[in-house]
Amino acid sequence: MSEKATGGDFVVFDHVQKSYDGETLVVKDLNLSIGKGEFLTMLGPSGSGKTTCLMMLAGFETATHGDILLDGKPINNISPHKRGIGMVFQNYALFPHMTIAENLSFPLEVRKMGKSEREEKVARALGMVQMERFGGRRPAQLSGGQQQRVALARALVFEPDLVLMDEPLGALDKQLREHMQFEIKHIADNLGITVVYVTHDQTEALTMSDRVAVFEDGRIQQLAPPDELYEKPCNSFVAQFIGENNTLQGEVKEIKDGLAVVKLDDGSLIDAMPVNVDKAGERTQLSIRPERVEFNMERLNPGAHTLQAEVLEFIYMGDIFRTRLRVAGNDSFIVKTRNAPDQVRLEPGQTVEIGWQAEDCRALDA
Amino acid sequence: MKFTKILLTSTALSAVAGVALAQEMSNDMTIVSWGGAYQNSQLKAYVEPYQELHPEVNVVWDESSNEAVAKLRAMNEAGNITWDLVDVVASDAIRLCDEGLAMEYEPNELLAEGADGTSAEDDFGDLIVSDCYIPQIVYSTTFGYRTDMVPEGAAAPSEICSVFDLETYPGKRALEKRPINNMEWALLCDGVAKDEVYDVLATPEGQEKALAKLDTIKDNVIWWSAGADTPQLLADGEVFMGSTYNGRLFSVIEEQNQPVGMMWDAQVFDLDGWIIPEGLDEARLNRVKDFIKFATDTQRLADQAKYISYGPARLSSAPLVPEDMKQHMPTDPANAGNTFLYNYEFWADYRDDIDAKFQAWLAQ
Amino acid sequence: MSDVTETIPQDSPEQGRKKSDGKIRAADGTSLKRSLNRALRRQKLRALILIAPLLIFVLVTFIAPIADMLFRSVENQIVAQTLPRTTDALADWEAASGQAPGAPVYKALYEDIFIAQERKLHTRLGSRLNYELTGASSLFRKSGRGVGDMGEVYQDQFEDFDDFWKMGENWNAFLGSDEWLAEIQAWDKASGDDQPAFEMRDGMEELFPQTAAKYEIFADFVQYEDEDNLYKEDPWALIYSSFYDDLTGPTATQIAAYDGPAAAQIKAATAAAADFETVDYAAAFADVDKDWAETPIWETIQTYSGPFTNGYFLNAVDMQKSPDGAELRPENQRVYGTLFLRTLFMSLMITGSCILLGYPVAWLLANLPARTANLLMILVLLPFWTSLLVRTSAWKVMLQQQGVINDTLVWLGIVDNFNRLALINNQTGTIIAMTHILLPFMILPLYSVMATIPPAFLRAAKSLGATNWTAFWRVYFPQSVPGIGAGSILVFILSIGYYITPEIVGGTTGTFISNRIAYHISSSLNWGLAAALGAILLAVVLALYWAYDKIVGIDNVKLGG
Repeated sequence: MSEKATGGDFVVFDHVQKSYDGETLVVKDLNLSIGKGEFLTMLGPSGSGKTTCLMMLAGFETATHGDILLDGKPINNISPHKRGIGMVFQNYALFPHMTIAENLSFPLEVRKMGKSEREEKVARALGMVQMERFGGRRPAQLSGGQQQRVALARALVFEPDLVLMDEPLGALDKQLREHMQFEIKHIADNLGITVVYVTHDQTEALTMSDRVAVFEDGRIQQLAPPDELYEKPCNSFVAQFIGENNTLQGEVKEIKDGLAVVKLDDGSLIDAMPVNVDKAGERTQLSIRPERVEFNMERLNPGAHTLQAEVLEFIYMGDIFRTRLRVAGNDSFIVKTRNAPDQVRLEPGQTVEIGWQAEDCRALDA
Repeated sequence: MKFTKILLTSTALSAVAGVALAQEMSNDMTIVSWGGAYQNSQLKAYVEPYQELHPEVNVVWDESSNEAVAKLRAMNEAGNITWDLVDVVASDAIRLCDEGLAMEYEPNELLAEGADGTSAEDDFGDLIVSDCYIPQIVYSTTFGYRTDMVPEGAAAPSEICSVFDLETYPGKRALEKRPINNMEWALLCDGVAKDEVYDVLATPEGQEKALAKLDTIKDNVIWWSAGADTPQLLADGEVFMGSTYNGRLFSVIEEQNQPVGMMWDAQVFDLDGWIIPEGLDEARLNRVKDFIKFATDTQRLADQAKYISYGPARLSSAPLVPEDMKQHMPTDPANAGNTFLYNYEFWADYRDDIDAKFQAWLAQ
Repeated sequence: MSDVTETIPQDSPEQGRKKSDGKIRAADGTSLKRSLNRALRRQKLRALILIAPLLIFVLVTFIAPIADMLFRSVENQIVAQTLPRTTDALADWEAASGQAPGAPVYKALYEDIFIAQERKLHTRLGSRLNYELTGASSLFRKSGRGVGDMGEVYQDQFEDFDDFWKMGENWNAFLGSDEWLAEIQAWDKASGDDQPAFEMRDGMEELFPQTAAKYEIFADFVQYEDEDNLYKEDPWALIYSSFYDDLTGPTATQIAAYDGPAAAQIKAATAAAADFETVDYAAAFADVDKDWAETPIWETIQTYSGPFTNGYFLNAVDMQKSPDGAELRPENQRVYGTLFLRTLFMSLMITGSCILLGYPVAWLLANLPARTANLLMILVLLPFWTSLLVRTSAWKVMLQQQGVINDTLVWLGIVDNFNRLALINNQTGTIIAMTHILLPFMILPLYSVMATIPPAFLRAAKSLGATNWTAFWRVYFPQSVPGIGAGSILVFILSIGYYITPEIVGGTTGTFISNRIAYHISSSLNWGLAAALGAILLAVVLALYWAYDKIVGIDNVKLGG
């Protein structure tokens, strides 16, 4: 993963804007560079503009403003069929009147490739997705997962450098989806192709991507590798959107030595990492992951602030325990603890003291 | 006791007598006619006057005369005759009578005698062409032409053979899409004497001869099948001349003021009149009989000529026709110099045969 | 990676228990299959009862008329029903002999036509036979008038001989049974009771076979068709001629021994009848019309004496019956072959032009934004909201030589004023007007199929490198073919049976077979021929449908998603 040129300039969005009706912008000033061989995911809720970006890249939508460059050349005015970009569609878009082999052969035929060469490439692509035996069938005779493989093979058969995927796994069940995530990732890695992947499923994004661009309201909120995205969300939207997250409202009391002390709404104080706050008196939203909450005060830095919490609910989930607490007036404060032999099981009604490392708690925009 | 008994008996008696004397009459009457100006003339001349005399009578019109024969046959097969009185041309009446779908009647019983006292049978004379037929009017099929399209230096066409003379009178002609009349005119203009026309037409050679004559103008003919076609084609200048019913031409000339003239030569007389469907029940039949007696009397038929330029079928009505309409009547001596009467007998026999040949010729 | 094939859900485990015979059984031990059938049958029955009213409606309104039509196209009972004796007598006659049939046939004809003209059926038969033989119509009308004169020869002689024979009462007293006579004399019409049905006196049928048979017919006619009092009714002339036949016939000796009612009068009449003037029916009919003395009318009656005929069908394919079997009609009477071919050809043209014009419109409908598409849809449906006649007449105004299109072309200088285009009263006119009228039937199925083709297919094709045209032709078009199929079948079948529009704008070269069917239905009244033409048309449509199924596959027809 690390050897990949993240942030190269194979694909560049340069100040791209898009409006459908001339009144509102669906995509607002998008700047994004994607490196060759990179697996980049555009993640965001529906209506956030991620699919529009993908369609502009594919050529099915035109940018209202700004340039899109592919391998250094602007492609705004190049029609989609000349861009040489492979694409996997949401519902696969396999041609129902053609067999699987014909579907795969189609992009080769329109490239005027000879018959034997075509057959060889089709066979290889089908082999790549383990669908050799299905060449003579029609799409309707395949299951969803099989169709998905064929769609992938079809997007790859003409050996594009860039492959776009528009929620390709959305129609599959969970188990199959997870399986396919790995498979796609492997194939992409093996072929060394650049993938731009659109999804609204954050797990999928975290699992597969080199980098994830979180979209909201027509803008990229954060562009970062998955671990950074999870652990260091740069604003409250990203923090909320990626993974499970506890929030607490408060006001910055002071910032000192790169640490902030925040006065929560019930008056108690707690330590946090200042991210989007820079001076005392600002309102802030604290974000802390459920698995980073400590019950054992000895592990905290000396002098760290702690909070009183009341246990509301304890849920046994096998590998973890999930405890719901009331913290500073927030009734849905979740704590996850590992099911380890020494782990205490809390009883509802019990009052406990909780705390955390200051760098695990991010003081974000209110 | 005795008194009431007498009273009761007498009321009962008078009630019986009342039922027996006053004929039971239905108050609904469905009349089938052609619609348009012709139906309007019937409405004005006798249906409205009749309703004034009998306000309880409700008349329903059905504009189905051009398919009356087929519909009446279908009704008869279904066993439900919904029509009371049907207006048809004579050839249809003959067929309906042949098929047993129209009621035979006794002219002197059913129809009023003439205003001058002649019996109905004599007053209508030969025009009662079938035992089922009650004639109303005489109309003719004749030619009209565009006066503004007459070639310079040529006289306005005045005789039937102008139709076949493309040299003097170039331009399109409108002819009816059936052999009747066309075949006669063709033979007439191919040198066959008028009184031999049907003898010649009865032979296959004669039929060929007529078609050959029609062939000379075939490329210049627009074939019509509805009575409104020729007036429209003339009004639009689509054709130079065309055959149609004289009443239709009358309205093109007099009411729409189109530059159209009448030819009258070799006009073919035909009749329009009533038939009473076979199988009406007593009450409906009584009403129809009552209406017919009124609607075909001398004055009513003469009145009809006020509204449409067709001649009344009664001799005794002729003097009562308004002066200004007389000149438009097909029967006016000035117009009736050379006329034909539709030969019903001949066409009843030869219709199927000649029509097959005519259609084959058309399709070539 | 290795787990490629997905788990297909296994069939649910057997519900029943297995018995020793290996059959799966339901809980109560009956065969599972049978109990399933029983459960399903109950469901089916309930469904059937629910749809029964509709089913009956469909059967009555759709199937029955078609069956009736098919029946009419072969039905020919009128000849044998109207002329039963004649067709019997004529059975042995050889048309090839070139001779008119013998005297018994003419006598049978006299009796048949006499009864027919009383019932007013002879003219109907005349019209029927006139389809086959020109002149039959007037021949039967004349003969209907003529037979009265033939019978009156005998009637007059009997009546002149003895006034006794003038009276209906006397005939009834002599031929009717005593019980019936008592009943009919007691019967009063005003009472509203049914008239007592005539009953023949015992022995009359043997003694006076001819008279008795005719009198039965006469009595039946008077009592049930005319609804007159039979007792007072004077008999037909036919009765007198039959009476004469009996008196001078094979039963004459038995009659001499007769001693029932009116025995004296009969005896006297028998003696007198020997000197009666007789009628030569053959000569009498030849006198009515010389056609009766020649063979064609007899040939026709003989050929069409069966209860069923293929004559209408032969006629519908330009053939006719002849002594040597079926043969083609003379060239100058062949019309239906041309018309059938023309109808098929023009229906194909119309279907083709509907595809050409309808496809782009349907594509627009399926791909424009909803608002615009709805507006366009209204425009497509607009023709449905105006009368067919109005639309067709509008085309007349547009297409005629002095019409809008020609005027425009002349004004633009494209067409010379004296060589205006003939766009109407020919095939062009029919094709233009019918394409316009039938276009919605093409657009609607096309649209509903196109609406189900996701735009992603075209995008996918383009992303795979296809040009717009290739993407359309290789990906979009094949998927819209079921819509074209459905639209084509609709348009083709509708146009093959159309007649109003061709009648108005088709002139002579642009009319269809349906125009002839309409003519035979409403003008010539030859319903048998119309039915045969209709049956052939139906067969052609079914054959084409079958061919379509074989070639394209009926699965490839979709009226919608």
